[in-house]
Amino acid sequence: MSVVMSEDQITIEVDGKELSARKGQMIIEVTDANDIYIPRFCYHNKLSIAANCRMCLVEVEKAPKALPACATPVMEGMKIKTQSKAAVEAQKAIMEFLLINHPLDCPICDQGGECELQDLAMGYGQDVSRYQEKKRVVKDKNIGPLIQTDLTRCIHCTRCVRFGEEVAGLREMGATGRGENMTIGTYIEKSVDSEMSGNIIDLCPVGALTSKPFRYSARTWELIQRDTIAPHDCVGSNMHAHIKIDRLKRVVPANNEAINEVWLSDRDRFSYEGIYSDDRLTTPMIKKNGEWQEVDWDVALTEVKNKLANILSSQTAESFGVIASPSSTLEELYLLQKICRALGSNNIDSRLRQSDLSDQDDAPVFPWLGMPIEYMETLNSALLIGSNIRKEQPILNHRLRKAALRGCQVSAINMIDYAFNYDLANKLVVSPNHMLDECLGVLKALVDETGASVPQSITDKLAGITVSESHKAIAESLNDVENSAVFFGLGANSHQASSQLRTIAGLIASISNSKLGYLSEGANSTGAWLSGAVPHRLVGGQKNATPGKSIAEMLDAGLNAYFILNTEPELDYWNGADAQTALSNAEMVVAMTPYISDAMKDYADVLLPIAVFAETSGSYMNVAGELQSTNGVSAPVGEARPAWKVLRVLGNYFDLDGFDYVTSTDVLAEALTAIGDITPDNDKHWAETFSDNTQSSGIACIKDVPMNSVDAICRRSKPLQATSDIADGKLHVNSSTAASLGLTQDGMANVEQDDNAIQLTVLFDERVPDNSVYLHSANAATNSINASLGSVKVSKV
Amino acid sequence: MIQKVKNYISSLFLWELIKGLNLTFRYMFKRKVTVQYPEEKTPQSHRFRGLHALRRYPNGEERCIACKLCEAVCPAVAITIESEPRDDGSRRTTRYDIDLTKCIFCGFCEESCPVDSIVETRIFEYHGEKRGDLLMTKSRLLEIGELAEKQIAEDRALDALYR
Repeated sequence: MSVVMSEDQITIEVDGKELSARKGQMIIEVTDANDIYIPRFCYHNKLSIAANCRMCLVEVEKAPKALPACATPVMEGMKIKTQSKAAVEAQKAIMEFLLINHPLDCPICDQGGECELQDLAMGYGQDVSRYQEKKRVVKDKNIGPLIQTDLTRCIHCTRCVRFGEEVAGLREMGATGRGENMTIGTYIEKSVDSEMSGNIIDLCPVGALTSKPFRYSARTWELIQRDTIAPHDCVGSNMHAHIKIDRLKRVVPANNEAINEVWLSDRDRFSYEGIYSDDRLTTPMIKKNGEWQEVDWDVALTEVKNKLANILSSQTAESFGVIASPSSTLEELYLLQKICRALGSNNIDSRLRQSDLSDQDDAPVFPWLGMPIEYMETLNSALLIGSNIRKEQPILNHRLRKAALRGCQVSAINMIDYAFNYDLANKLVVSPNHMLDECLGVLKALVDETGASVPQSITDKLAGITVSESHKAIAESLNDVENSAVFFGLGANSHQASSQLRTIAGLIASISNSKLGYLSEGANSTGAWLSGAVPHRLVGGQKNATPGKSIAEMLDAGLNAYFILNTEPELDYWNGADAQTALSNAEMVVAMTPYISDAMKDYADVLLPIAVFAETSGSYMNVAGELQSTNGVSAPVGEARPAWKVLRVLGNYFDLDGFDYVTSTDVLAEALTAIGDITPDNDKHWAETFSDNTQSSGIACIKDVPMNSVDAICRRSKPLQATSDIADGKLHVNSSTAASLGLTQDGMANVEQDDNAIQLTVLFDERVPDNSVYLHSANAATNSINASLGSVKVSKV
Repeated sequence: MIQKVKNYISSLFLWELIKGLNLTFRYMFKRKVTVQYPEEKTPQSHRFRGLHALRRYPNGEERCIACKLCEAVCPAVAITIESEPRDDGSRRTTRYDIDLTKCIFCGFCEESCPVDSIVETRIFEYHGEKRGDLLMTKSRLLEIGELAEKQIAEDRALDALYR
């Protein structure tokens, strides 16, 4: 954005009112800023100007004809009339043309009631049509499980086409044919696969593109709009939830320029469909002699108290542990750690998908993005280490894409050749075994260039590294560039040597004067760190003198009692099968969960139904350190209760002090007081000593979580599960590695790790580097393979 | 003074009584209009607003498209509709309830209906012995529509001129 200078300011007159404007602005931008309404269909302030609907025609003095306000730049002394006879006549004529081919099916159209064409037809349309000829009919296209098309209604504003090109970065929709025969659609019969595709539903000014899951289920005037926060990624997108009789019917984005602008990722938009899944847990349940019984809350909580008291009296408090979802609210996590620590245990963890925790004591107060989200747009160079940012944090990727289109050099070192919707300056795709070497290569190139000194243990390491051209290019792109950043992604976070990767990333950032940003998992992992829901830190990030066990340590140690909050460890934890075994061996497992699953029925002893994100009040802190609070927007299903209430009452059952909160705001206030003033700082917070890592040999195993399988709600959302971004439980391998292993497409492969062997269907996937296999986590078929062990043995069945 | 004399004379000759009886005897010889309900019935306008019905097209397809305009316009909030796509993809109601204890028979629902689906028939003789009897469901409304379709269609044809 250019700086506004005074000589750029000019004065124009709109409807007799003097307005000041910037040179080069379009008329419609000036009138919008001054609350003068000009009708429009194709103009959208986040998209380029097309000027093809002509609805915004206004009269400009000295111009022979009415001019489109969206494509006419303002000039000094311009006199514009938006309501004059000429302007209104022009607009009415345009409306008559638009209505020629628009069907009169408003009663069955989902857009009815929130339709820009309907609204403007009330003002500019005539009650009788003069058109006698045939109306145009366009065949509908199936463009996937999320978006319903009804292309006869299309008025060819091309907002969806421009969105695809300019925002999503995929030319998925396009206009074919001309004049009367022009139709919008995917060029070939295919689904729209962009992770932001749902936004074209909002953009479409008519009912040509509507939400498929929401189809015909409610009219807009029946819906009550309440605000909430998206709980699936670390961005914390603002959303409007639309409620009909206490049920969440759909989600649309809320405008917040600092976070999600006007966009929403498909995951955030359609996850609500999972809320009313058939396997919602609606009453508390306890297991008596192997049989599940539905009980009331009092019985269930008494059971929790008695059983846990029993265990705690016969064993040390250390035999009790808590596994929490990093997408729980700050209030929930705060209360949970309060109970856990009051009962004498420090075993609480929410880092479900991080395997190497050896540097946790060196970590910052909370790992954060290192900059406000908006700042990402101003970057001039960026390095992504192990990140599929486009699918994992679509909104952050959009910011980075804007920077890239502006000229930002984005480089990536990844284990899978993830698709980006902008050109990468440098791309390195290597197996996990070489991840460290590649990052060291960049570091060495930087050290060579700048002569900076690094710790001795790393200098030793660098000696054996050869610097390639790509390393040099990445180092050059970062070094001494204003506004550069190194992003540490979820893939790097779950790498078996992530602590070492973190050190290298930190050194690269500090030597090149770049900002270091961590892309965190879940919606509230920064909140989890701050509220003490990690074993080695107390509230406010204070060092814990007696650190508890991480999830891996808890499961290895075989604790006697576990609390689980809002997560399905068998799918969410990095090593699901281990979690499942450890939990079934425990004496008592209390699962606070919105959903009931067979696995859970097997290992849990008490099931407490809790509310999902939209049903509970609470706060999330996003990756940029912004705390956002929300109210519950819909009624919890059945007997389910917000988790903070359950924990508060549980505190009373255990006779703990300080559990007399009335509202979640009380909890938040207490938590925030305890946390105090904290300025996040990633700088120099990494392990200075660099342990020798043992490179595992053989076939390296890469695991990640596809976008739409990240948590329990997404996994139950039928429309999301019908997309391609879900955990497929197949063995992805590239064709050359497959050939060397003798694997065939769709054939079965035997995957062995330690004494554990599973059989998976082979899928050729050229994104996977050589000598590696790629599995999706969050799938029951693959949950026994532990990516943090590094290697697997693969053979043909 | 004169008024007093006038009053005295008129009460002496029972003038008021004569005046009243005059009306009585006049009506005695007039044509009788009393309707012997239920043996006899008054004629009805084709715009009579009685019991509701949901209509079908001649091919048996239900007319209602779940646009919910009647629900929105109903001043007594007597209509409850739930909808979803039917298997063939068309927009249909899964629930269409009219609470007759709430309904004020204003006819707005009929007026708002874009497909002439919800109508008010000439049926006015109905009762309920339990409160739930006056809660009309979709199936009952369709049933009434089937029974009264001939009359409904005739009435709509008569009124078509004015719509």
